[in-house]
Amino acid sequence: AAPQGRLLCGPGLRRSGAGLLVTKCGLLRHRPAGGGAYWVDSQQKRYVPVKGDHVIGIVTAKAGDVFRLDVGGSEPASLSYLAFEGATKRNRPNVQVGDLIYGQFVVANKDMEPEMVCIDSSGKSSGMGIIGQDGFLFKVSLGLIRKLLAPKCEIIQELSQLYPFELVLGMNGRIWVKAKTVQQTLIIVNILEACEYMTAEQRRQALAKLSGN
Amino acid sequence: DGELCSVCPGDTSVLAGLYGPAEAKLSKELPDRAALEVLLRPKVGLPGVLERSREQLLRQTCEAVLLGALHPRTAVSLVLQVLSDAGSLLSCCLNAACMALLDAGLPLAALFCGVTCALQPDGAILLDPTARQEQEARATLTFAIASSDRKVLMATTKGSCSVEEMQQCLAAAQRAASTIFQFYRDSVRRRYSKS
Repeated sequence: AAPQGRLLCGPGLRRSGAGLLVTKCGLLRHRPAGGGAYWVDSQQKRYVPVKGDHVIGIVTAKAGDVFRLDVGGSEPASLSYLAFEGATKRNRPNVQVGDLIYGQFVVANKDMEPEMVCIDSSGKSSGMGIIGQDGFLFKVSLGLIRKLLAPKCEIIQELSQLYPFELVLGMNGRIWVKAKTVQQTLIIVNILEACEYMTAEQRRQALAKLSGN
Repeated sequence: DGELCSVCPGDTSVLAGLYGPAEAKLSKELPDRAALEVLLRPKVGLPGVLERSREQLLRQTCEAVLLGALHPRTAVSLVLQVLSDAGSLLSCCLNAACMALLDAGLPLAALFCGVTCALQPDGAILLDPTARQEQEARATLTFAIASSDRKVLMATTKGSCSVEEMQQCLAAAQRAASTIFQFYRDSVRRRYSKS
């Protein structure tokens, strides 16, 4: 029997006339929940801003009441100084050029400049805001980020048994890592970068070699 | 961003790099779609008039398939570097351009491939001629064929031929296009099987 409800077309599929047009190459995925959703899982390196995505941005300029952030897309995103938890006109956040900010998009479409905020709809920061000092920021492909963000990701679980570390994943392909020493941070960075091309078996061997040292 | 190397029979190879959608200069940005720029660099020497005309042909073919309306006010740059030229260069560039567009994940309405036909003096049709066969041929035709219904996106001719001969070359090119599209599918499948 055909499922009831509306069928959702995700990234990679577009409506064209009466049918569907596939616009990207990749694996076709299906989720039967609700009315059903189809989308194309493609591997890409360049990010296109999407509303609701949590990303890591780098502050490039302060223009009056608004910060300009580089999020890796075609345009810099704007972030108002009032969009932080507990910020008022008198109590401004301490943001300098070159700082890392973890926020989400409230406006992101092809016609307008993307806008970010560091609070959610109830006014709480829920983990967003300025990312602290030290640590290491690097870029990976978007597919790896989606894999790491999946619930019960094996890579993160295996890495956490190696060293304790702090990790921020941005949907624009940027990852920020901070461990106790510089050497541990760099080891985690190298493993995450290599995860893209290693199979699960190779990864376990590499981690076993490292924890043996 | 995507990078690809394309090899055609006879050791012609072209390296294609695609960057975009990126920020466009104010003078070059278009308000309703992405501005596509193609740069073709020959193996030796500076780009000349021949490279410029090939760049225009490639640009028009890519613009026909690229859904530029999804990324207005952005710039997409395609840079092609000729690594070795042993005949059928334009169709090799077309194949490299299409694979670079695929690899970069830009939204496309269809795929395309390039096929070169050489019409020999005795009337025989040769597909993917070498440089020597191109020189001896009466006419060399290059077609860009889309994957949807094998439509013709671009046709260019060097030399002279009759309309019937051109139709025969076109039919042969459309048949050969299926092999090239199958090759695209196999290489993409290999890439996705690794993850």
